[in-house]
Amino acid sequence: MTTFKPAAGSVALLIGTRKGAWLYRGDAARRTWRVDGPHFLGHIVNHLVLDPRDRRTLLAAAKTGHLGPTVFRSTDLGRTWKEAKIPPAFPKVPEGQKGRVVDHTFWLTPGHANEPNVWYAGTSPQGLFRSDDGGVTWAPFSGINDDPQYRTWMGSVQDGTPDGPKLHSIIVDPRDPSHLYFAMSGGGVHESVDGGRTFAPIVKGMDVVQGFDAATVTFHDPHCVRLCPSNPDRLYQQNHCGIYRLDRPSKEWVRIGKNMPKRVGDIGFPMVAHPRDAKTAWVFPMDGGSVWPRVSPGGKPSVYVTRNAGQSWVRQDKGFPKAQAWWTVKRQAMTADAHEPVGLYFGTTSGELWGSRTGGAGWTCLARNLPEIYSVEAAELRP
Amino acid sequence: MTVHIPSPLRSYTAQQAEVAIAGSTLAEVLGTLDRQFPGFRFRIITEQDTIRQHIRIFVNEEQAPNLTVPLRPDDQVYIICALSGG
Repeated sequence: MTTFKPAAGSVALLIGTRKGAWLYRGDAARRTWRVDGPHFLGHIVNHLVLDPRDRRTLLAAAKTGHLGPTVFRSTDLGRTWKEAKIPPAFPKVPEGQKGRVVDHTFWLTPGHANEPNVWYAGTSPQGLFRSDDGGVTWAPFSGINDDPQYRTWMGSVQDGTPDGPKLHSIIVDPRDPSHLYFAMSGGGVHESVDGGRTFAPIVKGMDVVQGFDAATVTFHDPHCVRLCPSNPDRLYQQNHCGIYRLDRPSKEWVRIGKNMPKRVGDIGFPMVAHPRDAKTAWVFPMDGGSVWPRVSPGGKPSVYVTRNAGQSWVRQDKGFPKAQAWWTVKRQAMTADAHEPVGLYFGTTSGELWGSRTGGAGWTCLARNLPEIYSVEAAELRP
Repeated sequence: MTVHIPSPLRSYTAQQAEVAIAGSTLAEVLGTLDRQFPGFRFRIITEQDTIRQHIRIFVNEEQAPNLTVPLRPDDQVYIICALSGG
């Protein structure tokens, strides 16, 4: 177990949307937020991430409806931007063969603290990429992009999310840069203990849609996997089919979502782990019934928190509309800061940004009328 | 020949709407453009050297199906962003 002190600097919320990116810079008390944006107006920004190793470098995964995918990079907290020289792209295949094409970079993860300038990226269709120069140039990473077994597990476009199958939730063990995880929608959760040379699936205990075979990795659809910073042997997962916890060295996920209220269920996209308490995690449940509306059950939005590693869950809806609020929150669009009490933040597909300075006990709308929100990150700035 | 640049790509060309460039095929012209304006090509051509789904390239009045299309010095090349909806 690792003990962390609460963060002392200010927080910037990094918002990626279907029409550009915004930064909301908080005051020291996290009460007021100064808007900075739009950046890349008109670009689809799937992820905007601050490098926690220098707290200055921002990477944005972007494309437009017509233009191909790229990565923009800022080394001055968004004042100026430069485009990556070589964005993530699959290798060119010989004439006559059908090669894959990156539609968009979906996920960005900074590398280990001891590996400055290393970043990982996950794409749609599923691909894993790495940069060793701070995001300037990218190359396919590991053998999985072309591995026949992995290509089978990745399935087809029909097995993925509506705007394309994705590789996401790239996680670097804070104790060991050669210990990595990633997840695929669809295609399961995977682990490497050799720096990415090889990966192996960890899907035991995870449910799949009724009628499908849980032994087939392709059918597993993890939506979001998070590692607990204070106990890197614990992971939480929001899946297409439930909420799970994994305590290593076990390789079997436990469906802790079964302890959620039955009327709410345990379906959703995001998963948030507490920065200092591995027993605490948050989810944003959405309706997974009938035709899978994926909106707040009953039109009554709420966050749910567990403080005992999933044995029980508590509703947190103070400040939210009490009815007729049909919110959807995407997998990258909910996060926590590292302050005390923990700040929680999420963005809806209807363009509202919400925050809590009290670990979810009370909520305030921080911004309205943004475009469809794809991602929210809480960046800890220098004190 | 002259390459006509659509507005979404003019951030690469210092807002120039037309660029004069030499080359005997579309591939050559786009390669030269990319050297002059780094990053330009990948936004409209995939890593498999195909024209992206929502991009069209016309040489004079003919749509170019691929990058092997031969070009003459007086040709007009139009890059069109073809996408509807919001």
